[in-house]
Amino acid sequence: MKLQPAYLLTLPALSFFALVVIVPLGMTLALSFHDWGPYKGIVPVFILKNWREVFGDSYYGEMFARTFRIAALVTLLAALFGAPEAYILNRMRSPWRGFFLLVILGPLLISVVARTLGWALLFGGNAGLVNKALISAGLISAPLPFMFTETGMVVALVHVLMPYMVLSVWAALQRLDPQIENAAVALGAGPITVLRRIVLPQAMPGILSGGIIVFALAASAFATPAIIGGRRLKVASTLAYDEFLNTLNWPLGAVIAVLLLAALVTIVVVANKLVERRYAQAFQ
Amino acid sequence: MSRNGPLALAYHALFVIFMLAPIVVVCWVAFTPEGFLSFPTTRWSLRWFAALARYPEFISAFWTSLGLGALSSALAVAISVPAALAIARYRFRGREAMTTLFMSPLMIPNVVLGIAFLRFFTEVGLGGTFVGLVLAHIVIVLPFALRLTLASAIGLDRALDHAALSLGATEAVVLKRITLPLILPGLVSGWALAFINSFDEVTMTVFIAGPGTETLPVRMFLYIQDNIDPLVTSVSACVIAVTVLALVALDRAYGLERLLVGRRDDGR
Repeated sequence: MKLQPAYLLTLPALSFFALVVIVPLGMTLALSFHDWGPYKGIVPVFILKNWREVFGDSYYGEMFARTFRIAALVTLLAALFGAPEAYILNRMRSPWRGFFLLVILGPLLISVVARTLGWALLFGGNAGLVNKALISAGLISAPLPFMFTETGMVVALVHVLMPYMVLSVWAALQRLDPQIENAAVALGAGPITVLRRIVLPQAMPGILSGGIIVFALAASAFATPAIIGGRRLKVASTLAYDEFLNTLNWPLGAVIAVLLLAALVTIVVVANKLVERRYAQAFQ
Repeated sequence: MSRNGPLALAYHALFVIFMLAPIVVVCWVAFTPEGFLSFPTTRWSLRWFAALARYPEFISAFWTSLGLGALSSALAVAISVPAALAIARYRFRGREAMTTLFMSPLMIPNVVLGIAFLRFFTEVGLGGTFVGLVLAHIVIVLPFALRLTLASAIGLDRALDHAALSLGATEAVVLKRITLPLILPGLVSGWALAFINSFDEVTMTVFIAGPGTETLPVRMFLYIQDNIDPLVTSVSACVIAVTVLALVALDRAYGLERLLVGRRDDGR
């Protein structure tokens, strides 16, 4: 009789989740089919009005396209800059490695509001520090607009989500045997060949799984787009927030939330399956 | 292992500057003596930290965050322990599904959870209450608590239980005298990681916090939406200081690598 204690032990967590996670999510799905009007409020009937509105109005299509465009760009940049850094970290010696790991992963635990505030200060209009630095470095001639733009959102989100990418690639590199690199060098491979043929293939599962995490978090990020985008530039999560707390059209906001969740779960599950199939041996 | 070349170290330096710049800027601006945002400032003053005392909404939000984090993390650990012991010790039908369910708050966007909780709590009469906040925070911190509890439960040597049982100890005594003391480090670290995540959560909380139950990040977020001034940078500097202290303590006690990466021995 090994079955019963297991179910008894998981009962508290299971009943808690059923009540406080599954019921609210189900209620949100139901809410998306309810009627709403500025004077009559929420009317609990079953209609497709909100779904028609979201799919019929190109405004929502554009907003979802922007959300996923930003998420894709953030993922790409995080992989491009985070993977080399993880490799450099992995090659560091003992005290330094731990120290810089703390420096780079630590921000993950610092309030996202405080970190985004830092970017708002750095961007700060045309006289912002980032623009000054870029101009004096000769990279640009006129100030770039960062606040209230997609560029600013992407930069801030890359910063906010970078630790996840470094963490994921670093975890993959941990399993890399340094002797293989040495063997390749001893057999006459140049540094580029070692990176391309030995390190990159072994880091790839880490880059891909880090990419999935970063993409999912970027597509559903809220505080950073809200602060950098202001009230003008909306993404899915900030639009849903507006519908719930300003316009008070909850059913329409519920449609956006359900769509965001469905899109993300689909993308993450499919991507995970593809990664696992591609790297079946690496995970065994 | 070969060492990093000068190019790699230059890249590393730029990377570290990128990661730290916004955090440093916030702390720097917090010490400005001016009445407006001026950066870089070369003169220093504590006037904006002193000004905090005149904004009771930040102070009470801080206490709300602290109480909420402590309570919801403790409750999350409390329901994680039996679940972790079951998952670690038994092979039963639905084990994988349950683990996925308990970890699912990591995958559901916090904005969606916020919306779902807003709807749910309004319907059951918990809208804007502290009880509602605690329930919601248990959900989002449970994966962190469970992961670390599970890691230590899996590392347990069952022979110790069997030895105690064969020497005449009851199940309750084994739990109290053997099992719990052995997994205690995991529980404490799980609680701490859960606390930090609860303390920093804004996306979900902004939907369900009402007047009087706003947490510090929510208060900061709403303040920034209206205007950015040195006051909010000094609040942020305090939050950063608290987090860094907790982080260093956790790193000393448990090791940040282990905490964030987790050990790979999850029984498979």
